[in-house]
Amino acid sequence: MAEIVVRLGGQAGDGIASIGESIARSFSRMGLHVFGVNAYQSVIRGGHVWFGARASDARVYSQGDGTDVLVALDRQTFDVHSPGIRPGGTVVYDAEKFSIADNEVPVGVQALNVPALKIARKYTSASVLQNAPGLGAAAYLAGIPLEVLHKQLSDSFGRKAGDVANWNLGASRDGYEFASQHASVSEAAPKARGPAKLLMTGNQAIALGAAAAGCKFLAQYPMTPASSVMHWMAAHSRDVGVVVKQAEDELAAINMAIGASFGGVRSMTATSGGGFALMVEALGMAGMTETPVVVVEAQRSGPSTGLPTKTEQGDLNMMLGAGQGEFPRAILAPSNPAEAYRLTIRAFELAEAWQVPVLVASDFHLSESLMTVDRDEIDLNVTIPSLETVQPDGHDYKRYQLTTTGVSPRALPGQPGLQFVAGSDEHDEKGHLISDIHSGLPVFITMRQEMMDKRMRKLHGLVSAADPPILEGPSASELTFVAWGSTVGAVRDAMRLLAAQGRATNLLWFPTVYPLDGDRVRAMIEKATRTLLVEANYSGQFGRLLRAEAGVHLSERFLKYDGEPFSPHAIVARALEVIRHGG
Amino acid sequence: MADSSATRPGVTTGPALPVVGKTEIRPTWCPGCGDFGVVAAVEGALKRLGIPSHNVVIISGIGCSSNLPHFLSSYGFHGIHGRVLPVAEGIRWANHGLTVIGTGGDGDGFGIGAGHFVHAMRRNVDLTYVTMDNQIYGLTTGQASPTSVMGQKTKSTPDGVIENPIDPIALALASGATYVARGFSGDVKQLTDLVAGGIQHHGFSLVDVFSPCVTYNKLNTFDFFRQRVYKLESAGHDPTNLPAAFQRALEWGDKIPIGLFYRTERPTYEDLEEVLAPGPLVHQPTGLAGKDKLLDEFV
Ligand SMILES: Cc1ncc(C[n+]2csc(CCOP(=O)(O)OP(=O)(O)O)c2C)c(N)n1
Ligand code: SF4
Repeated sequence: MAEIVVRLGGQAGDGIASIGESIARSFSRMGLHVFGVNAYQSVIRGGHVWFGARASDARVYSQGDGTDVLVALDRQTFDVHSPGIRPGGTVVYDAEKFSIADNEVPVGVQALNVPALKIARKYTSASVLQNAPGLGAAAYLAGIPLEVLHKQLSDSFGRKAGDVANWNLGASRDGYEFASQHASVSEAAPKARGPAKLLMTGNQAIALGAAAAGCKFLAQYPMTPASSVMHWMAAHSRDVGVVVKQAEDELAAINMAIGASFGGVRSMTATSGGGFALMVEALGMAGMTETPVVVVEAQRSGPSTGLPTKTEQGDLNMMLGAGQGEFPRAILAPSNPAEAYRLTIRAFELAEAWQVPVLVASDFHLSESLMTVDRDEIDLNVTIPSLETVQPDGHDYKRYQLTTTGVSPRALPGQPGLQFVAGSDEHDEKGHLISDIHSGLPVFITMRQEMMDKRMRKLHGLVSAADPPILEGPSASELTFVAWGSTVGAVRDAMRLLAAQGRATNLLWFPTVYPLDGDRVRAMIEKATRTLLVEANYSGQFGRLLRAEAGVHLSERFLKYDGEPFSPHAIVARALEVIRHGG
Repeated sequence: MADSSATRPGVTTGPALPVVGKTEIRPTWCPGCGDFGVVAAVEGALKRLGIPSHNVVIISGIGCSSNLPHFLSSYGFHGIHGRVLPVAEGIRWANHGLTVIGTGGDGDGFGIGAGHFVHAMRRNVDLTYVTMDNQIYGLTTGQASPTSVMGQKTKSTPDGVIENPIDPIALALASGATYVARGFSGDVKQLTDLVAGGIQHHGFSLVDVFSPCVTYNKLNTFDFFRQRVYKLESAGHDPTNLPAAFQRALEWGDKIPIGLFYRTERPTYEDLEEVLAPGPLVHQPTGLAGKDKLLDEFV
């Protein structure tokens, strides 16, 4: 397996995300597997930002470790990222901007002084071009053919072509040629292989999956890292036929989505933890009125406003407990964009089949990172059943009929003869309130209990309908990783590193984190030689869930809550510790 | 623009489908509660317009008044406290062939739901919002509401309210509602006209109703209003004149106006949302089958 990591860094406003995406997309067009991370701070101009593009001829599941090519547009980038450059690597900088003393360059690393400002001045006096020579140099060092880079750049400028596009093509060519004269292509660079792959973020995959699943309405209030779900959908609303509503707040967003669902269309809302906290009461209303709704919860570091642009899996407890009283729900947790596409479709299917709210748990690392997806992993042909599940038959229609599955026939407004009231108060089979003059009377005490039982019965169905936990890797292993969500990616990479050291490990991960078949999970975990729970929060929230649902206690844990994603090497180190010393 | 269901796109129409009437559920309101007059007016307005009951959705929040949807034979959504309007907007955007009516109390709409109130009006969503404004919290047994007047003694303000009340009419005018009316439960005939006018109006209609709470508000009683209300239409008010409407809205004291304050035509949110142009969302095709071109941008 050949792999290369290119990192580009500078200040917010330097266009780092766009040159980073150019590198990432050039790789994916070469048929390589790519993982791209966009790291930024909660400021619009001036903070330190960087983009990491990792490319390989084998699947890569995380940002990886180390750097082979570093493009430093400012001194801070050099200071922060140069210690991670691997031997044989190169740092690209411009001595006209800042200098690097010889003894500051890590051993085995080449410092390549590319006259970026000078090149840029050839084309324009404006400052817009200063990142283009570095982009060209990085492309050369990473083994990207100039035609591939330039085709990508032209495509991204699209119809906006003109002076700026031409300057960028010129300045990146000059950077490319300068590098080819003064350095050689990195030995780490993988060779082009096969047809272009799709490259998308988790949020793009979620939006695409929603539209493919028949979502017709998305209401959202901006909040990082969920906003780009709305951005993609809004940019394509006419093509995909989805009404996108930026609501006045998250209270409105989820209530609008529930209203639209009641009105007869599949609907969704997306937010991060703070916004989800505001949606909690309405989530229960969806549960009580048995109105399907899909809620994307893209977590970021908390508590409170926390670190808006950093990752965490700290909202699981809230997702599990959101809402007064008890009602059925499901929580799905994709680990990468391909799964985000597939599981968002599952979320719509489950929400509708079981008439419950379904949460899609994402996080900053999944929502905003770019990852390659094979064309055949995105099947746009989704079977979408009609929402009307009942026709008038002359009998009294009971919207909340007691059934063995807990699911009752659902009518839509506009259907003649089936009028009913969906109530957030406890109600009887016809939807009539039993909360006021009836509550406490014997027959209604029974009805209340039957209604609770009916709704909660859906959990049994949901457990068998939702995706079960998956055991991945060799069945005989020294250690079983237990993980969920985006963390699964770094674990997959760590397992490969361990295998290269002759250590067989496997992974138990959970596309559905709730509800769980506790007995089945316990049986799977009891087969493990040892376990290591890996999750991005302080208290091991998923571990606690497994303890409650499956009665297993995972005592060896690798928890991380510094806002940064897991690195495969750190997981390897922790796993070796557990294998050698205990667990 | 007439808003009868027969002219609306995409709804099931047909002769002799029943219009809205009463259900088997009897209102549980205290005898004499103003809300009886409101449910009678909503029923009367829908009957008069002949809209089939299956094409009507009545949404409410939580409060005594919010029980209203259970008493009429249309579709209903009895949601949570303060969220009438976002639910109603979602329903309307899912199927703009439906007649959508929001109902609820002053606490529900102007207290906990105040944010949604302002935004629904600036959007000019085509729905009718009937607020049963009793200037008190009924269901929670008599605390001050956002429309309780200065000095009013309630359970939560034993020494009297020390905040200025919200003026729903002025707020609606300022927020861009395109049909702004005030009714009185003691005059069901006029109230029926106002609600019917609101339903027929193409855009956001507010009908704020003096609907006395006979149990907890001993100040703003039926008698209080009977002695003070006068009808705008008899006073020569021109409902197309916004400044005049503002001036009338500010009147409070010995003489209090009821009737239509303001009406204007402006494109609705549904008119301007291009995705809705082909017809109600609920009847549009779903999914992305055959739209593989969408994937090109990811290459
Ligand atoms: C989130 C939330 N907070 C508080 C309540 C309690 N509550 C129920 S009705 C109500 C206010 C009732 O007043 P209003 O909306 O004016 O309606 P009325 O009963 O007077 O018709 C309150 C505070 C609730 N149900 N939900
Ligand atoms: S408490 Fe007041 S508002 Fe509630 S039903 Fe009785 S009179 Fe009506």
